[in-house]
Amino acid sequence: MFKLNSPKNTRYNQILLAVAILFPVLVLLLWQFASTHGLVKASLVPPPLTIAKTFLSYIESGKLWKNLSVSFGRVACGYLIGAVCGVAAGFLMGLFKPVNAALSGIVSVLRPIPTIALIPIVILLVGIGFSSKVVIIAFGSFWPVLLNTIHGIQTVDNKLLEVAYTYRIPTMKTIFKIIVPSSIPAILTGLRLGMSNAWMSVVAAEMIASSTGIGYLITLSRETANARVMYMCVLVIGFIGLVIDKGLTRLERYYLAKTRGIIESR
Amino acid sequence: MANQENILEIRDLHKNFFIKGQKIEVLSGVNLNVKKGELVAIVGASGCGKSTLLKLITTLETISSGEILLDGEPVSGPSPKCSMIFQEARLFPWLSVQQNIEFVIPDSIPKSEKKELVEYYTRLVGLSEFTDAVPNQLSGGMQQRVSIARALATRPQLLLLDEPFGALDAFTRMTMQQEVLRIWEQDHTTMIIVTHDIDEAIFLSNRVVIMGKNPGVVRKIVPVELPFPRGRTDQEFLEIRGEIMKEFLQT
Repeated sequence: MFKLNSPKNTRYNQILLAVAILFPVLVLLLWQFASTHGLVKASLVPPPLTIAKTFLSYIESGKLWKNLSVSFGRVACGYLIGAVCGVAAGFLMGLFKPVNAALSGIVSVLRPIPTIALIPIVILLVGIGFSSKVVIIAFGSFWPVLLNTIHGIQTVDNKLLEVAYTYRIPTMKTIFKIIVPSSIPAILTGLRLGMSNAWMSVVAAEMIASSTGIGYLITLSRETANARVMYMCVLVIGFIGLVIDKGLTRLERYYLAKTRGIIESR
Repeated sequence: MANQENILEIRDLHKNFFIKGQKIEVLSGVNLNVKKGELVAIVGASGCGKSTLLKLITTLETISSGEILLDGEPVSGPSPKCSMIFQEARLFPWLSVQQNIEFVIPDSIPKSEKKELVEYYTRLVGLSEFTDAVPNQLSGGMQQRVSIARALATRPQLLLLDEPFGALDAFTRMTMQQEVLRIWEQDHTTMIIVTHDIDEAIFLSNRVVIMGKNPGVVRKIVPVELPFPRGRTDQEFLEIRGEIMKEFLQT
């Protein structure tokens, strides 16, 4: 179970990789078998091959891309707002104790609210157009960015601050040249988690009030009892979420390796 | 009266900490004068307040009572006349060697002069080839050299070293000790080095200050009047070592 990574274990690693690939394939095969042989109702749980065909036909007709691009646009706008606000508020709260004291109560009440619970209020306030989705996405992506930024600033190595003190580094230089750069890894983590949240929020927002987007496609297919499209959309959402997360993780590592010479082995 | 020859005068220095309302005397009436250009080593068991003493000189901690005069003036904040080297190199991981050193040089100094200072001190510590490297690419010994270059680049009159080689392996430590001597022979910056390594103290100093604990006091000051460089196995070296050891074993 807990073996050290010696060269001897490369064979073991190969087996692990094979298991990681084969097991999902096995699940797909069982699923295919179950729904083509009537073990589950194909109208409720369509076989994977049918879902794949649906996927291809949606790509061909351009329907998938058309809806996805609408969702991407909303995510981009909302995320941008949420991330900028999160970093800004995080800095203010992390650097200034009075700001933290003033806001931490509000933050701890608002933060646990699931984004989806906020949708009716947002619709009430800004209507059901583009801006309501943007507000919801911004809200969803704001929290991880905020919390990680605060954490990054508050966990600045005190030993580095002692260095700054003994060398009489001016306050502004200490903030921008020590506190900011040392909180960057935490901020990057926050930005990545915020992106995942943004993607989840857009789907939720579109399922409730929209006539376009990937979330809307799911609602539409439910209304038309079109399970294949439903499953196809859910899987596409999952894959895009995965790609976003992996991509941003890579970027994060690349940045840290490039600027700080940290090469994390994975 | 402050003596012109002294860069540092410590008079009846007391430092108390309060832990759960209980007073703990860390330093109790420490007196010490350090002449310009001197190499002073402070040794003592952990908890004797030797690191606290350096923190009081740099004002990282505040004095309970007594006086510290740096170049004749009572210290009231971090002084440009004094640099500190810590046990860890404490470099900024996102800055290159060159940027790390430049960072502590005041912005009032023109760029060209900054560059010269960086060049001079990276050469002095033998790292001219590594100015563009970031700390994570350097070994522990090299990182500590950068931190020495950084401390010297502000042109201090007094250099405080707080167990600077404690985290390094024995061989690197010996190289670094020779390095410090070499640097001292070049510009005779006054140094106070806190260590728990008796050999290091004798190898590197004109005087060894022995501190005792509970409460922290100066127990004895042993002059080391041997020419540099010193052989660690020479008869005189070992005699002084024995004298210091005896002081420790008495408790």
